[in-house]
Amino acid sequence: MRIALEWVATLGQTAFKFVRQLGVFAILLWKILMRTPAIWKRPGLIGAQVHFLGNHSLAIILVAGLFVGLVLGLQGYYTLRRYGSEEALGLLVALALVRELGPVIAALLFAGRAGTSLTAEIGLMKAGEQLSALETMAVDPVARVLGPRFFGGLIVVPLLATLFSAVGVIGGWMVGVVLIGVDPGAFWSQMSGGVDFWDDVVNGVIKSVVFGIAVTQVALMQGYESRPTPEGVARATTLTVVVGSLAVLGLDFVLTALMFGEL
Amino acid sequence: MVAFRRVSFGYGERPVIDAVSFEIKAGQVVALMGGSGVGKTTLLRLISGLVGPQQGIVEVFGNLLNIKNQSQLYNARRRMGLLFQFGALFTDLSCYENVAFPIREHTDLSESMIHDLVMLKLECVGLRGAASLKPSEISGGMARRVALARAIALDPELILYDEPFAGLDPISLGVTANLIRGLNTALGATSIVVTHDVAETFAIADRIVVFAPSPNGARLVAQGTPDELRVSQDPFVRQFLDGRMDGPVRFHYPAEPIGQALGIGGPG
Repeated sequence: MRIALEWVATLGQTAFKFVRQLGVFAILLWKILMRTPAIWKRPGLIGAQVHFLGNHSLAIILVAGLFVGLVLGLQGYYTLRRYGSEEALGLLVALALVRELGPVIAALLFAGRAGTSLTAEIGLMKAGEQLSALETMAVDPVARVLGPRFFGGLIVVPLLATLFSAVGVIGGWMVGVVLIGVDPGAFWSQMSGGVDFWDDVVNGVIKSVVFGIAVTQVALMQGYESRPTPEGVARATTLTVVVGSLAVLGLDFVLTALMFGEL
Repeated sequence: MVAFRRVSFGYGERPVIDAVSFEIKAGQVVALMGGSGVGKTTLLRLISGLVGPQQGIVEVFGNLLNIKNQSQLYNARRRMGLLFQFGALFTDLSCYENVAFPIREHTDLSESMIHDLVMLKLECVGLRGAASLKPSEISGGMARRVALARAIALDPELILYDEPFAGLDPISLGVTANLIRGLNTALGATSIVVTHDVAETFAIADRIVVFAPSPNGARLVAQGTPDELRVSQDPFVRQFLDGRMDGPVRFHYPAEPIGQALGIGGPG
């Protein structure tokens, strides 16, 4: 009986913490959105973050995109060959990348690479009293520090996802056309004929915008709410990857069901 | 300039400040003194509006400080500068850019004007030559002086110093003490110094307010000029100023008898 009660208490505490974190997430997002006009008055700060966050993730995105494209090309060819549909390889690679793998993997890599960097930066600014220093200088840290990073992430993730998909298609072409010998005309024509701009490309971009908001906001919140100690910052950095990745995967299911499913 | 009226504050369940009342007049250098952890920094956080009192009121520049009204709070903060204990410099900016930061944020001055102002402020703290260095390339004492230049960048009426003497070598200590006194006079400002360094503080302060720990948080035990406090007979003031090991503040943290802890005597 006592063990059961303890179990229920633990469950309740976990649920309470989860709801509280959701509340903190929503309030901070609201604060940033409310300051949108003030944040966009200084586009240079956002541009600097786009440059910084994009540079941080560009190499890993391009390399990962190429390898994913190579694997997709190989696996797709082996599967399509069974049905004599090797010509559809370009379509398969492009749809897989544009609809799913591009937005999802780019967001996951962004969470691991740039997201952790954002969390550590904000957390260390808090630990070093730099955020308090901004406050005492009558400078709003949400508008000055969090806002530009939020919009920077929101802009960068779709760009990275697009690059990921583009490089992935090239990877699929290298394996399918260059190495295996699939007809290049069929590869490109099937792709251009089968990929719908609005249903596939735009939906993929919408997904990556949503993932960008989720991952960047998780990273900023973890840093801003972290305990100002080395242990607290380390924990927040880990949580950014865990929570950010799970948020991307969970949102992907919801968005896929809404965009492509018949639920 | 600043008034505390029966202010109480705590972090969660832990009381830190207990019904404290005092006033600070314009133009003075006032030291808030007390042992480590007594709540002196919290007093500065209350004055700068980083936290709000749970009971009582804090008045700054003659107005009630309402931390829930951001525009009023920021207006008050534009008239004050706070020197953090470890400087809190922006580590990715050079010393020059750190000092220029509040000027860029709050004015529309041209780059040449900003340059002149920053160089003058750095000259005041003797670090014009370090303008291009990053905070990681200068010593702790120098970082604090750069932070002081940043705190006075907009010529504040009220300057708050959080433990400005902590961890400084004797030369830096003397330099910092002279800077606090000199800047207060040069800017016509009011300075509030939180510290437990007796010698330097008594040399530069016009008034000193002493706080002692109590179960309900820090309470004010004495205030006056340095000369008045030197002859104070308050037991805590005497223990604090004379650096006595035991007194109202016990050397031993509360614990069971030593014999009982070692299992060599006592009850049981």
